[in-house]
Amino acid sequence: MSFVGLGAAEERRMLEKIGVSRFEDLIGAIPAEVRVRGPLAIPGPLSEIELRRLFGGWARENAADRAVSFMGGGVYDHYIPSALQVLASRSEFATAYTPYQPEVAQGTLTSIFEFQSLICELTGMEVANASLYDGATAAVEAALLARGQTGRQRVLVAGALHPHWLAVLRTYLGEDHVTVVSDRAGQCAPEDLQTALTPDIACVIYQHPNFFGLLESPSAIHALAHERGALAVACCDPIALALLEPPGRGDSAADLVVGEGQSLGIPPSFGGPYLGFFACRMELVRRMPGRIAAETVDRDGRRGFVLTLQTREQHIRREKATSNICTNQGLLALRATLYMALLGRQGMREVAELCVQKSHHAARLAAAIPGYSLAHGGPFFREFVLECPVDAAVVCRRALASGILPGVDLGRLRPEWRRWLLVAVTEQRSAEEIQRWANALAAAAGSK
Amino acid sequence: MGERTRSRGGLEMNLERRLLIEQGGEGHRGPELPACDVPARPLAELLPGARLRAELRFPQVSEPEVVRHFIELSTLNHHIDRGFYPLGSCTMKHNPKINDELAALPGLALAHPLAGDPESQGALRVIFELQNVLAAITGFHTVTSQPSAGAQGEMTGLMMIRAWHRARGEGERRRRVIVPDSAHGTNPASVHLLGWETVTIPSNDHGHVDLAALEKALGPDAAAVMFTVPNTLGVFEKEILDVTRLAHAAGAQCYMDGANLNALVGLVRPGDLGFDVMHINVHKTFSTPHGGGGPGAGPVAVARHLEPFLPVPVVEEGEGGLCRSWNRPQSIGRVHSHHGNFGILVRALAYILENGPPGLARVSRTAILNANYLLRRLAGTYELPHDEHCMHECVLSGRNLRRYGVKTLDVAKRLLDFGVHAPTVYFPLIVEEALMIEPTETETLDRLEHFAEVMERIAREAAEDPQLLKDAPHTTPSRRLDEGRAARELKLRWQVPGSTPSEAPARS
Repeated sequence: MSFVGLGAAEERRMLEKIGVSRFEDLIGAIPAEVRVRGPLAIPGPLSEIELRRLFGGWARENAADRAVSFMGGGVYDHYIPSALQVLASRSEFATAYTPYQPEVAQGTLTSIFEFQSLICELTGMEVANASLYDGATAAVEAALLARGQTGRQRVLVAGALHPHWLAVLRTYLGEDHVTVVSDRAGQCAPEDLQTALTPDIACVIYQHPNFFGLLESPSAIHALAHERGALAVACCDPIALALLEPPGRGDSAADLVVGEGQSLGIPPSFGGPYLGFFACRMELVRRMPGRIAAETVDRDGRRGFVLTLQTREQHIRREKATSNICTNQGLLALRATLYMALLGRQGMREVAELCVQKSHHAARLAAAIPGYSLAHGGPFFREFVLECPVDAAVVCRRALASGILPGVDLGRLRPEWRRWLLVAVTEQRSAEEIQRWANALAAAAGSK
Repeated sequence: MGERTRSRGGLEMNLERRLLIEQGGEGHRGPELPACDVPARPLAELLPGARLRAELRFPQVSEPEVVRHFIELSTLNHHIDRGFYPLGSCTMKHNPKINDELAALPGLALAHPLAGDPESQGALRVIFELQNVLAAITGFHTVTSQPSAGAQGEMTGLMMIRAWHRARGEGERRRRVIVPDSAHGTNPASVHLLGWETVTIPSNDHGHVDLAALEKALGPDAAAVMFTVPNTLGVFEKEILDVTRLAHAAGAQCYMDGANLNALVGLVRPGDLGFDVMHINVHKTFSTPHGGGGPGAGPVAVARHLEPFLPVPVVEEGEGGLCRSWNRPQSIGRVHSHHGNFGILVRALAYILENGPPGLARVSRTAILNANYLLRRLAGTYELPHDEHCMHECVLSGRNLRRYGVKTLDVAKRLLDFGVHAPTVYFPLIVEEALMIEPTETETLDRLEHFAEVMERIAREAAEDPQLLKDAPHTTPSRRLDEGRAARELKLRWQVPGSTPSEAPARS
């Protein structure tokens, strides 16, 4: 396979024009003793036919190739409209670069502006950026912004935050700077935050709905944080925000709303690429990390869009930048924009309601199976924790034999959760599939 | 050119760039959803106490409206499948089409990151194989593919260096990172994010690092040196082995910014140059689509002594096949929600296997040849800051056009009129009026000639009709945009017509 359009005769002509007799003369600066001799120790080249065979084989080795999924935990099996796939695959979007020359990048810039607008509406915030790597790093960037804004170093995390996000926060901020307040029966008790809210806390970070799918009490958490001079950071799922009051509105509002945008038309893809979204109050815009598109006009007075406030960014400000983030997740932001546009005002709400109806239906079925019960009592959105009569790993193994991935075995994350199965039910799951899932659970209960 | 001959398709419907929110209307909607097939209950009963939103002020548009809107937008973009993109340091090269198809195979695209190891053998195999081939290409002991982008890879690499110093009891003392003045902006930004300090050292007249300045900066407080190879002037540092030797002698670690790896594959392995850690921008060297600014992926390769500090989980071979290991007490922790930008990693592995050893070596060879060809071809027209052979990119200067009142920015904008994207301008910062050009191996001799002729024509225009350049671009979908106004007015989202925008949220 070759992606080079240059023949030997052309190469000779070029070398002559450059004024050297052989290619090696061009790379004389590379010390001879470290030059690679002989071919690299890697396989290939492979033809397209061989590649399809190889990757096709690997794809079939994953259970996802054949099973019906009830897995969630921050990554959901939502329907992706056909038009989204077609539009997002266009070369004009997929093979373009960062829009640093806006005159020939209005497609990308306009879609980013629409993305920002939709995220603002969804979160109830005043300004959003053009996206970050994923939900976890969006939470990290929110914490870093809060540190810069308050001059305080530590952050307080409500217990039911996604454990992986918590791990990433600890990596970036340092163990000593992250305090976790344990949940009560899966939810954050605002009064528990009160004692932990010492004067060195820059922000309170919580997830809503949280890792277990349970709803939190946003206003109470915000109010407490503000009382102690800390910022309130809400981590939200965008589908849930189509139904729930956005944390950026109401009597006591969050300062930052961030989250994982995977549920907006992005396939699970074994963990990425995903979409970190990041929205905040206008007052914080100059501390916001990442790229931002803005409306302006061109020389003819026609509407156009450009990247703005670039003086916050590392290519201009270097060590004084608000963040080291350089790339965003542009193509995923486009996918999310297409998803929100295609579903629209009505469809977004319908997806969210279907998730609630179907997940509650599944929970009722499961709770009626001897040995199974719901681990928590609070209201949940799309996702719930099932306490199993045997280890969740056993349930997963048995259910897979009947073509079902029945949920996330939380024992993979913490040993004390080994009987917990985190179950997500999206609009994709039919009543018939949910029944098959319940049957598989019943069958799995009998095995030790 | 100029007003007279501008042709911008005046019959476009969306001439004034109507946004989604300004289209459609009540009752317009996209694809239908299935009816609820389980017994439905009132939301208030299912979600007791929850506060539901009153309205969602999203657009109401039909599928045809969405399709036309985005197809119209798509026609406004320059992209690598359409034309030359000589952006230095960004490595805009051809994206093989089969790679996208492989990443979309249902078994890969639908794989859930929280599925167990036995259910994920195919996905783990992709990660494991990619890490192995990247280690072989770069000459390092092992690789993590978890970081989502080059800048995150930098952070990851620096954190591992910090962990190594701490493990040796030198963590408190070593907090300075030495970076040449030609470095990418992410380098100092990453150093700062870690709470460390950047020490900038100057380049000499040949665009190489000043070894004396390096030696002076290296002390007992130096944690690392951070070098881009080849450097951002497109030059391979002759003395690079001295750089890594001196750094190690002073107890510092050597970090390589891998942004320019496209010049090295199959020719030299960074691990053999004495580096301890590097990141790899797979979207550059290994040709994953740039997506209008992302997603990328930034795997990090490390020497053997840094292996214990890799982020968790680490994919390794176990008894029952591949597995994810968390049992790594010295790990820096996790840097991504899951396993990095897996879909991008699939494409990178496919690209590497498609090319194989001979193809990859030819890629670097051709990239170098193309850049040197353009360098010589344009050397008489634009200034050459350093008269040496370059690697895969070259830096020219437009300062000779200043006498006509023309800036490099004007040259860049004028290029757009010819269907060519502008090069990277004003970087590296150490070259006045810099034009940084990276043709990559994708471009054929025909295309290089066309580009050279256009560049020559623009230089002539600068002398004959400088206003033409200052008014450029003339034929692009938008004319020069007012960036100052954008920054002053800060219109960062649409205002929904007919309703009060939700401005400052109430604070209690």
